[in-house]
Amino acid sequence: MFESLSTKLDRAFKLLKGQGRITEINVAETIKEIRKALLDADVNYKIAKDFTDKVKEEALGQNVLTSISPGQLLTKIVNDQLTVLLGGETADINLDGNPSVILIAGLQGSGKTTFSAKLANMLKNKRNRTVMLAACDVYRPAAIDQLKVLGEQIQVPVYTDYDSKDPVAIALAAVAKAKEQGFKTIIIDTAGRLAIDEQMMDEIFRVKQAIKPSEVLFVVDSMTGQDAVNTAKAFNDILNFDGVVLTKLDGDTRGGAALSIKSMVNKPIKFVGTGEKMEALDVFHPDRMAQRILGMGDIVSLVEKAQSVYDEEETARMNKKIAANKFDFEDFLNQIQQIKKMGNLKDLMAMIPGVGKAIKDLDISDDAFKEIEAIIRSMTPKERSNPDILNGQRRSRIAKGSGTQVQKVNDLLKQFEEMRKMMKTMNKMQGAGRAMKMPFGK
Amino acid sequence: MGFFDFLNKEKKEQLNKGLEKTKTNLFGRISKALLGKSKVDAAFLDELEEILISSDVGVKTTLEIIERIEKRAAEEKYFGETELNKLLKDEISLLLDEKAPTAQINFNLEGVKKPYIIMVVGVNGVGKTTTIGKLAHQFKQANKKVVLGAADTFRAAAVDQLKIWGQRVDVPVVALGMNIDPSAVAYDTVAKAVEMGADVAIIDTAGRLHNKLNLMNELSKIKRVMQKVIPDAPHEILLVLDASTGQNAFEQARHFMAATDINTLALTKLDGTAKGGVVIGISNEFKIPVKYIGVGEGINDLQIFNKHEFVDSLFS
Repeated sequence: MFESLSTKLDRAFKLLKGQGRITEINVAETIKEIRKALLDADVNYKIAKDFTDKVKEEALGQNVLTSISPGQLLTKIVNDQLTVLLGGETADINLDGNPSVILIAGLQGSGKTTFSAKLANMLKNKRNRTVMLAACDVYRPAAIDQLKVLGEQIQVPVYTDYDSKDPVAIALAAVAKAKEQGFKTIIIDTAGRLAIDEQMMDEIFRVKQAIKPSEVLFVVDSMTGQDAVNTAKAFNDILNFDGVVLTKLDGDTRGGAALSIKSMVNKPIKFVGTGEKMEALDVFHPDRMAQRILGMGDIVSLVEKAQSVYDEEETARMNKKIAANKFDFEDFLNQIQQIKKMGNLKDLMAMIPGVGKAIKDLDISDDAFKEIEAIIRSMTPKERSNPDILNGQRRSRIAKGSGTQVQKVNDLLKQFEEMRKMMKTMNKMQGAGRAMKMPFGK
Repeated sequence: MGFFDFLNKEKKEQLNKGLEKTKTNLFGRISKALLGKSKVDAAFLDELEEILISSDVGVKTTLEIIERIEKRAAEEKYFGETELNKLLKDEISLLLDEKAPTAQINFNLEGVKKPYIIMVVGVNGVGKTTTIGKLAHQFKQANKKVVLGAADTFRAAAVDQLKIWGQRVDVPVVALGMNIDPSAVAYDTVAKAVEMGADVAIIDTAGRLHNKLNLMNELSKIKRVMQKVIPDAPHEILLVLDASTGQNAFEQARHFMAATDINTLALTKLDGTAKGGVVIGISNEFKIPVKYIGVGEGINDLQIFNKHEFVDSLFS
């Protein structure tokens, strides 16, 4: 059965609880669990081994400092190593050249065409660039039409040549056309190909030689298993690509392929696809991905998404509250309201620290929050800002008021407490001057 | 007669070269590992673990296989290289087999009621539409009357893609256009199949990630609507899995199972370097047989799954 990496690590870390110093003996079982967890998350066999060796080396002999448990310390070490492995800093795409030429490549079904259109949309709307798309998949039935339809949706012109079967010629003509018409950017979508198909790999190599792109992006499905390393290496050997795009990250995959690819070819992951809508494209943040894998939530992304709905003042207020560990039920309720407006509930919920694993196996429909809202709304303002005063009597009143049972109220309180604890841990780590990155300003 | 016979010679050589290392790794060491021992050598098991994990078999299933091997080895005491080789393949085949249909799978549809309705489901980009095109061709080759239903009305140009396959194979395609309720297309397809006396109808659906509840509910609805025409339709619900997918395929199977009672699997893109080992655990846990494999983009690149060849390919 598939178990998420964060759940696994949680269990592994439990084994360490209550120990004062990390030793070969007390760390062995945990390291084994981490390795298993990584394998379950589809991290490549050898890379998982290297990774756990490094973590172990780093962890051995470390004193566990005052307020941090060995589990937390190891969390930090794993998190740091994961972040390093995932690529350190955020990397932008190279838009040099006039027009700047971006070449898209990858396996069949990885999501190249959808990504091409999303990237065009992003460059057009967020970077104010004029963009043209070019359809060079002459093999798959209706592939050209697919790009054309998407182009219409986002109002970006698509260069097509239904009569040509030569991707090199089409790509060249498209670049010339873009230049002639004064487009700043041209994105070349290509056919899916297997890394072992020499003829097709030679073709993409020739496309690259001909159009001299400023940026070559390798698109890969985030659900890819152990083969990710082979594919990434083969494409990189031929194309020497500049960056990786991880698609379908809105699924429940842990995305271990990201780790494998990054450490195999050492190219930055630049974008992540998070849905079928044209807006569902995010810039990749290694630190956030590491935290997501560790189940620490993706609170930075959450705040950024929330910003498009919240006004700045409200965001600053929220950040402060979280930083001061004063996040209360009123804020929780507010957040739920905002989240409901943002759509894709489960993804967003999973970004809240401590919530991700709680909702792992839940199917969340649009009225999933109804009960929670009813419970919070049955609390007095005082109770909402001071959850600690919720004694048995108050709880039973709230249960009645919300039409639920005391058990439900207890569950919510427990979940809320866990969330606050996680936020506290993150604050503490930052306070101790550790490298754990806290997204919120002072 | 090998698993990779469909590849041209050049590709095959390339593939074998790539796999050679694996080969020496595992079976090359077996004789050494077993010399005069009644217990399977730990180094051998490590090697086995690496091979299985690297083929996406997954930790849980790998441990199960290793456990079975150890148990058998302890019981049977003396065996050499050939025996271990056989035993290993037997055990893995068992996992793939526990509820496989006994009848020979082919495209003749013997003993099934007409029209035989197949609904094809899966996450985005696994190769559903391509698989349908190839399936249609196989049925057509077997002189069956086929109709296709373009119920992927969501992805840009998906209907066109299926129509082109329809032309290639020369079978009719029921299509109502894009952004139409897929249930309506499914209904019309089944009705059309009845009307034209078709032997088989294959219905395409939009790719969907299994954690999207509303999209999964839509699948249940598509299925229900078909039952208004034929109460026990669809007779086959085929989940298409991409061989390059890792352990997430488990979650896919689990959720699609819950939404639609899938009863067969197709494993696509096996012409690449991915081994698709995850189906071993899936087939075992959900008791669904792998029925077809996809081995290329051509019209003939679909085969009936053969578990022995599949298991061989893990170690070839």
